[in-house]
This record gives sequence, structure tokens and C-alpha cells, in this order.
Amino acid sequence: MGSATSELPARRTPLADAAETGLKIVVVGGFGVGKTTMVRSVSEIRPLNTEEVMTQAGVGIDETTGVQEKTTTTVAFDFGRISLTERMVLYLFGAPGQERFWFLWDRLFSGTLGAVVLVDTRRMDDSWYAIDRLEHHGTPFVVAVNRFDGGGRHSLDEIRQALALPEHVPMIDCDARVRSSVKHVLITLVDHLYDMALAQERTP
Amino acid sequence: MIRKPVDTGAPDRLYTVTGGRSHADDTFDLVTLVVSECEPAAGTQSEHVRILEICRHPTALVEISAELRLPITVVRILLGDLHATGRITVRHPRAAGSVAALPDTALLQEVLHGLRNL
Ligand SMILES: Nc1nc2c(ncn2[C@@H]2O[C@H](COP(=O)(O)OP(=O)(O)OP(=O)(O)O)[C@@H](O)[C@H]2O)c(=O)[nH]1
Ligand SMILES: [Mg+2]
Repeated sequence: MGSATSELPARRTPLADAAETGLKIVVVGGFGVGKTTMVRSVSEIRPLNTEEVMTQAGVGIDETTGVQEKTTTTVAFDFGRISLTERMVLYLFGAPGQERFWFLWDRLFSGTLGAVVLVDTRRMDDSWYAIDRLEHHGTPFVVAVNRFDGGGRHSLDEIRQALALPEHVPMIDCDARVRSSVKHVLITLVDHLYDMALAQERTP
Repeated sequence: MIRKPVDTGAPDRLYTVTGGRSHADDTFDLVTLVVSECEPAAGTQSEHVRILEICRHPTALVEISAELRLPITVVRILLGDLHATGRITVRHPRAAGSVAALPDTALLQEVLHGLRNL
């Protein structure tokens, strides 16, 4: 272990002592779409992972024990870190887009700057649900198409149509393994947020 | 009846760590930065000791969780203890507020600048 990511320090390097503002961006997408790869490409630390667990009282009573049923939701996710300035640090999260994950969205990702929906054109259906939930939560996002096939069998316009994606949502090709490509995806997202914030500030 | 805070593969350990409490303080965001204000005193619970050691430099809640291999909820409880007794200080994120509120353009400009310099 560790040899594949030898360019990153094995031990967690500490943040600058002046660090005061943490920010979040979430990468969502289906299984194997390249979330961890994307995080690793720009992170200053080896991606770490952790989980959140939530126990909810269920609706029914267990007939054999007479005890109220409980459901446990466990969501694992990984993350990396980018120190933007001495004071500001951006955390990039790679999160699974499946259903149970969205129960925990508010507890984990309220206040997030925005999201990147990572799409694999061979399995576009996986992206539908994520897009729907982000719209529901009012989280701004961009769509990044991870070109596994190296080329484009589908144009971005075709993919936009297939995903029924509104015109105002930016779409971009990417290779999650390439740092400059991932950097470009993040800049596209923050540019988009900036435009939205500017429009909002100009509306009295 | 005392409820276990979480059910996982190791419920007993989590139960012990949090003293059976299940209510986490949600004011601690994943990216709230935590800083120790003291060295661990003798007899301090081991998880508290670990946190005080890790947070000699500012450390985000989520990094503490990964390092301790404990779920976010449990770390929130542990941080609540340390914060209530003044053993840590916390730096909450600026942008975390209501779910859908956009941060201001000045902050976003700073983020863009940082990303371009990567
Ligand atoms: N060709 C190509 N391969 C990629 C790209 N991104 C990721 N991969 C490969 O795809 C595989 C899966 O990538 P991961 O980053 O583990 O995907 P993930 O979304 O984190 O997967 P899970 O966490 O298991 O859901 C790895 O073998 C990557 O090397 C890409 O842009 N192009
Ligand atoms: Mg992964």
C-alpha cells in the first residue's frame, strides 16, 4: 500500500496555524466513476476516508422481540484537501450517489459551496438521481464527463439532452487522473458560483 | 433505557467512547477547524488525548474522524466535551449557514485565485 500514491506524504501534514476557514466541494457519482481518482489528483494529502452512521427509529415494532425496529444508515466517503491560502482550506469530498447517501446530505454537506456530478457515459443512468437530489437541495453544480473511452462517442450536447440538464448548468469534459483537468473542473464550478452570486448581489 | 449512539460493527467500543450518549452537537461542521488549548491532563480519556494531540495544529473535524476511525457523529460528541471545558477552540466555516445560501463574491474570488495558483 502507499506505493501507488508515493508522491503524497504518508503522514497527514498539518495545516498552517493561521488556517481559519474551511470550505467544502462535493464530487458525486456512481460506482467506479472516478471520484477517488479526482480527489487524489488535486489533493495535497493522500485521500482519507471516514463514515457517518445514523440510527433512526423505524416505523414498525419487531414482532418477535416487541422492540421498535431501527434502521442504520452508514455512508462512507473519502476526501482530500487543498490549502488555497494561509487562512483558507478547501476540502474535496468524494461521495457515493446512491439513495441512502442523500439521507445524510444535510448533516454532512449543508453549507457546501457546490458539487461536481461526475458522469460516465457508459452508465449515465447513475447520474440522474444525483442531479435530481442536488436540484432538490438547491446545491449549485456542474457536470463533468469522465471520458473513459478517451474520445467522444457522445457530444456534450447529446449528453446534456440525455440527462435533461438545463442550459444554465455548465458541462465539461475531464480526465479525473489528470491534475490540470480536475483543476479546470473546479474552476468551472467556482466560476459558475461566482456568476450566480454576482447576479444575486445585483438584484436588490 | 440507554440507547447506543450508533450501531456498527463495533457498537461496544462506540458506546464506551461516548459514555452512551447519542446526541451530537450539529454546530460542528465537517470542516470546522479545531485547535487544542492545552496538553492532555493525566487520566484523560484516550480519545480526548488523541484529539488534543492531533489538534496542536488546526485540524478539520473530518480529518479527526478519519484519523481516529470513528464516525462523524461520535467525533461531534467528543468535541462537544472538549469544547465545553475549554480544552479546544473551534473555527467554524464562514460559508456554512442555510443550505442554499451562496457565499459572497469576495470569498469566491479568493477561492478562484487559490485554485488558479494550484
Ligand atoms: N480512462 C480513465 N480511467 C479513469 C478515469 N478516472 C478514473 N479512472 C479509473 O477508473 C477506476 C475507478 O476509479 P475510482 O476513482 O476508484 O472511482 P470511484 O468513483 O472512487 O469508485 P468507488 O468509490 O468504488 O465508487 C480506477 O481504476 C481509475 O484509475 C478517467 O478519467 N479515465
Ligand atoms: Mg472511491
